[in-house]
Amino acid sequence: MMPVILWSDALVFLLLGACCVAFWHIRRHEHLLLPWRRVGRSAVAMCSLLVLSLFVLVGLLDTLHYRVALNGAYSPEVLSVFDKLAEPLRLHTEKTYSAPLAVALYAKESTTDEQGRVVRTYPRLKYGGAHLPEASGYDVARRALTGAIAGVLAGLLLGFKARRAIGVTVVILAALIGMTLNLAAVYHVLGTDKVGQDVLYLSLKSIRTGLIIGTVTTLVTLPLALFLGVAAGYFRGWVDDVIQYVYTVLSSIPSVLLIAAAVLMMQVTIDTHPNWFDTAASRADLRLVFLCLILGMTSWTGLCRLLRGETLKLREMEYIQAAQSFGVSSMRILSRHIIPNVMHIILIALVMDFSGLVLAEAVLSYVGVGVDPSMISFGTMINGARLEMAREPMVWWALAAAFGFMLTLVLSANLFADAVRDAFDPRLNRS
Amino acid sequence: MKSLAGILLLLLLSACDEWNNPYPASEAGQSILYTAFTERPKHLDPAQAYSENEYEFISNIYAPPLQYHYLKRPYQLVPQAASLMPTVTYQDAQHRSLPDDAPADRIAYSVYEIHIKPGMRYQPHPAFARTHDGRLEYEHLTPADLRDVHVPGDFPHSGTRVVNAADYVNQIKRLANPQLHLPIFGVMSEYIVGLKAYADTLQQAVQMHPDAFLDLSVYPLPGAEVVDDTTYRITIHGKYPQFAYWLAMPFFAPMPPEAERFYAQPGMRERNLSLDWWPVGSGPYFLSENNPNRRMVLTKNPYFDSERYPAEGEAEDDKAGLLADAGKALPLIDRVVFTLEKETIPYWNKFLQGYFDASGISSDSFDQAVQVSVGGETSVSDEMREQGITLSTSVAISTMYTGFNWLDPVVGGSSERARKLRQAIAIAVDFEEFVSIFANGRGISAQSPIPPGIFGYLEGEAGINKLVYDWAGGQAVRKPIAEARRLLAEAGYPDGVDINTHQPLVINLDTTATGVGNKSRLDWMRKQFEKLNVQLVVRSTDYNRFQDKVRRGDTQMFYFGWNADYPDPENFLFLLHGPQGKVSYSGENAANYSNPDYDRLFLKMKNMENSPARQAIIDQMLEILRRDSPWLWGYHPKNYVLQHGWLHNVKPSVMANNKLKYWRLDAKSRDALRARWNQPSRWPLWSALVLVLLSGFWLWRVLQKKEACSR
Amino acid sequence: MIAYLIRRLIYAIPILIGVNLLTFALFFVVNTPDDMARMQLGIKRVTPEAIEKWKLQKGYDKPLLVNSRAAGAGQLTDTIFWHKSASMFVLDFGYSDDGRSISHEIATRMGPSLAIALPTFLIGLACYVSFALLMTLFRATTLDIAGVALCVVLMSISGLFYIIGGQFLVSKLWHLVPISGYGDGGFKFVVLPVIIGVIGGIGSSSRWYRTIFLEEIGRDYVRTARAKGLSELRVLFTHVLKNAMIPILTGVVVVIPLLFMGSLLTESFFGIPGLGSYTIDAINAQDFSVVRAMVFLGSLLYIAGLILTDISYTMVDPRVRLS
Repeated sequence: MMPVILWSDALVFLLLGACCVAFWHIRRHEHLLLPWRRVGRSAVAMCSLLVLSLFVLVGLLDTLHYRVALNGAYSPEVLSVFDKLAEPLRLHTEKTYSAPLAVALYAKESTTDEQGRVVRTYPRLKYGGAHLPEASGYDVARRALTGAIAGVLAGLLLGFKARRAIGVTVVILAALIGMTLNLAAVYHVLGTDKVGQDVLYLSLKSIRTGLIIGTVTTLVTLPLALFLGVAAGYFRGWVDDVIQYVYTVLSSIPSVLLIAAAVLMMQVTIDTHPNWFDTAASRADLRLVFLCLILGMTSWTGLCRLLRGETLKLREMEYIQAAQSFGVSSMRILSRHIIPNVMHIILIALVMDFSGLVLAEAVLSYVGVGVDPSMISFGTMINGARLEMAREPMVWWALAAAFGFMLTLVLSANLFADAVRDAFDPRLNRS
Repeated sequence: MKSLAGILLLLLLSACDEWNNPYPASEAGQSILYTAFTERPKHLDPAQAYSENEYEFISNIYAPPLQYHYLKRPYQLVPQAASLMPTVTYQDAQHRSLPDDAPADRIAYSVYEIHIKPGMRYQPHPAFARTHDGRLEYEHLTPADLRDVHVPGDFPHSGTRVVNAADYVNQIKRLANPQLHLPIFGVMSEYIVGLKAYADTLQQAVQMHPDAFLDLSVYPLPGAEVVDDTTYRITIHGKYPQFAYWLAMPFFAPMPPEAERFYAQPGMRERNLSLDWWPVGSGPYFLSENNPNRRMVLTKNPYFDSERYPAEGEAEDDKAGLLADAGKALPLIDRVVFTLEKETIPYWNKFLQGYFDASGISSDSFDQAVQVSVGGETSVSDEMREQGITLSTSVAISTMYTGFNWLDPVVGGSSERARKLRQAIAIAVDFEEFVSIFANGRGISAQSPIPPGIFGYLEGEAGINKLVYDWAGGQAVRKPIAEARRLLAEAGYPDGVDINTHQPLVINLDTTATGVGNKSRLDWMRKQFEKLNVQLVVRSTDYNRFQDKVRRGDTQMFYFGWNADYPDPENFLFLLHGPQGKVSYSGENAANYSNPDYDRLFLKMKNMENSPARQAIIDQMLEILRRDSPWLWGYHPKNYVLQHGWLHNVKPSVMANNKLKYWRLDAKSRDALRARWNQPSRWPLWSALVLVLLSGFWLWRVLQKKEACSR
Repeated sequence: MIAYLIRRLIYAIPILIGVNLLTFALFFVVNTPDDMARMQLGIKRVTPEAIEKWKLQKGYDKPLLVNSRAAGAGQLTDTIFWHKSASMFVLDFGYSDDGRSISHEIATRMGPSLAIALPTFLIGLACYVSFALLMTLFRATTLDIAGVALCVVLMSISGLFYIIGGQFLVSKLWHLVPISGYGDGGFKFVVLPVIIGVIGGIGSSSRWYRTIFLEEIGRDYVRTARAKGLSELRVLFTHVLKNAMIPILTGVVVVIPLLFMGSLLTESFFGIPGLGSYTIDAINAQDFSVVRAMVFLGSLLYIAGLILTDISYTMVDPRVRLS
């Protein structure tokens, strides 16, 4: 086994490291901790954080990549720890569509029976419900119930000390997870797609893509917006003019066009350097990272404008005027006084942007400039499922799964972001 | 918000009965065919158009000398504008006549003499309008005259003219006009005598007077001459029996010089008035509305009276009612409305609702509509049968293949190792499963590049690819995967691992597939390779990059397809002819396959008439191909047309694009059925209205209480 | 005021040049003129001569940015960049790569785009503001919380789902309006895209307006007004709404000119022949002439929006002077 660190993995680890440092730093300063305590007091925030952290957990497990050793060499297939854990889901592929919890394919097929006659029936699935002689609602209910009960027990054990709202969330989540786990062992809980892949597996794999788009993009946005915005506001004059010029130009180009052009450009780069990639995964991964870069390049202008405005206001403050007249260097003023004072704006902007980016990925994939088509993401799932709606009878589960997972992710992110904003925004009066 | 919603609802409620009818109510009961186009045509000029979506329109507008018989199969050429089939005479290098059975190598020239029907007239068009004294009315327009003109219909007068042989010759000359984009100039200049030199002459003329109108009648073309008003001759190099097929394509339709002159006037191009946008033809229909962003309308050419519905067809055609209209003057439908419909879901729904009369596109959403019955026959689902929808299929004259790049060190080349590897993959990739998943059984897995219906295709055991299939129980059965594994091991990759380097075997597949639904195809393909423990890496890229890679030979495997120009094996087998190699000669052989034996046989087969001798050579060639396996032969898609019960005379024909003139429809029953199928459910509107009113009232009450409290 | 406008317009020129250069660079790093020729000419039987001819006809046979073989000013002017970009500053967009007049195309496609975008914008604005006012009116009650929760849920749904779901329910199941298309008697074609557009924006916009109103309602003058005995409704509509105008205007006026550009998603899903679908098609067909024209138009309208915003400030608040 050989661990593999893809570009996006490295960026995720970087981000994780940054979060840890920030966490440690905040722990040591009471005034920084204060707004976070406010966040902690909000039950909604904590519940959504709980849901979010489950998503993050899946995303992180899916980020630890490795290649299996094959007598002397390594398999060209890059797997993740999550793939390993969800191995049955990944490998149990059927021939084509099957409905959630079904034991047979969704469409009739001609088969030859024992007497050699050709009959049209619904062929049984290779894996889904294979332990049963025939479809049985009883088995589904029994498994769901036992799973849920086990989950509730585990949830009670974990959450009995927590506040009521959180405790309830823990129990509900645990019940859901228990139910899913118990059913997924023998069924396709969310059905299978056109080539027979488990939709639950696809949905879970999409999480990482969504999270990376939402977070790694900020790695690009942040430094650009921070330095340019603060510099423009603080130094004014020609620096301000140049920075304003750049961001007006960038923001006046319709962003879809800009993204489309940049994505096409990056594709050329990828295609002309096939030797950069030893595996298909690294190829798709680089495209994802590039997409984040491009999204970052197009989305920093808004934050930059905000920061410039705030800095303009701050530099007129008396204590900064005083510092300037004492001859304190600009760098020091910036790092000691200005940047800490715009931090809350940045934090709010980042958490608010996250959900927008996850949603944008789906739209971009529709336009054809999203992630690599071989990469599993919400966008590619929706895109593929769109045509299935027109089938007769309708194949609804892939779309529904993407909808459900995406809604849960974005909704909890939005709720958390709201709480963070409420806690940090000094303009909102709190009594 | 409440009042706005209320207004909106009222407007909705007062709308007409057929709420979701996308067409104006005034069109009800008229003989109008509604159909769709999915891609806007780029060219409508018969010298420039060369793709399916363009032919859909111009084949009905232009009348070339020949056409394919609407009902007879296999496809057969019959006269269209010609009064009878062209006579061919052979000449040697000194232009002396040769007997018809002269050997091909003695024939230096073939002369096609074509008689056209007398008295055919062009569509009404301002280019033909004449004043009382007989001059062309719109010959010397100034930009001021064009001020209020946006479409040709804006001119107050129009006229017509009898089609003559010179118009046909004029169009052949246009095939070399350097001011146009000429897709078949390369092919035709090899055949039509003097065409290459003619292009150079014209090029010089254009360079001398870049802004002047290029009058082709000044420059004679030796290979195309007018004999009299209704007769002209085309002389081509050597013997090329397939030339007659080209005469059925709009490239050889008549083009009146008046039209060219008309559109060349200043100010026309700025208004999108050009031959490329507003065709001038002598066919059954003319383009009366051209808004490629929304809809295109073909209207019956009032001067067209030269064709009758065919009186004979295949045996079962009579039973199917296809001969009911025999002898009637064509066309049978007055107007054809094409609506732009890029998204498949709306397209499909509108068809089911009765707003499209027929639907021919092959796409995912159509799969479920079609069932494959026990006997392998396709039919529509029960619900659709109740709606009166019927289905007709035919195997397309096209092939979808996956090529191996012959120049690639791993999968390409004629070494035994590479050959075994390719054969192993050919067995592993199960196209029967592909057809069943992705085409719902509407396709035939290919045994060679030649699809059924083309000379050279053999039914039954004689026609199967013995390296991939066994003949068992009266049908071709794919060899077991163990056989593929054995071949793979013999090739030096036991269990997918290279015996020399101990590295796992990785094969790259290049595609342009980025669109909807393609991901699952790629996933499926990967699954096929996993059967052999071979890793398939899909490198999807955009169209240009893909083309570029294929051109540079920088691929391993790639998806490609070919739509035939004409139903002859030569048009398929040339795709693997060495001198057509993409990398070396920028030809059409994208796999860069080259095998001297094959090339030699190809040249021999190329110009032969269909005969047992030709079949024997083709058999030999196919055997070479199957052994070398430069393509995964893929499958031959089945075309199909779904049609509503009110549409008659529909017989799918993959060669003939000018089929609209044969169709007939019953507008009355269409109106009745549409109204029945599209009953709007009004309850959501009412309940929304009630909900808004109730909640408004409730809010108001709450507010009142609140005010009262705070006082 | 006039002087201000002139200054802003002059300032727009370097921005437009920058936009042009950027588009040009992005496009031609990706596509060589040869690629474009192949894209336009199709796949069947394309010869190298045909490509050369296409480039010559469309003016892509020149060097990209600097022509070293030309003399004097020709070094800069006899290039693809100059030929394709300079004329746009006098609003002459030239011909698309498949030979159609772009100005003509923009003129005919503007109508359908506006027919969707304008009602969506106006009805949307009215709905969002009234919804936000309602929530403000009932602030800190269960109704407000439910409203905010609804907003958050609505804004957490991808726009794609609104379109797919709307088409499915309204057109396919209930047969109320045509599922797609655009035509005479445009009303029935416009209803569904407009409703979906309005619903799609309701979450984020209403929430935003609500915060603006809440901020305004906490100010002293509102308390004074209330103390004077004005009813809550009067306070809200006369005082709060008027004073909340400035922040609302900042966000709203700037998008008005951009309404011309239409909506990419809605137009392509509903088959509306507007500028949005034109842009998507041009990207897919890699038609550079159209792409740069649309980018140019977009930035022009964006700048117009910025100027309009400034002007509208002076109208709402007489204290603001433009200098």
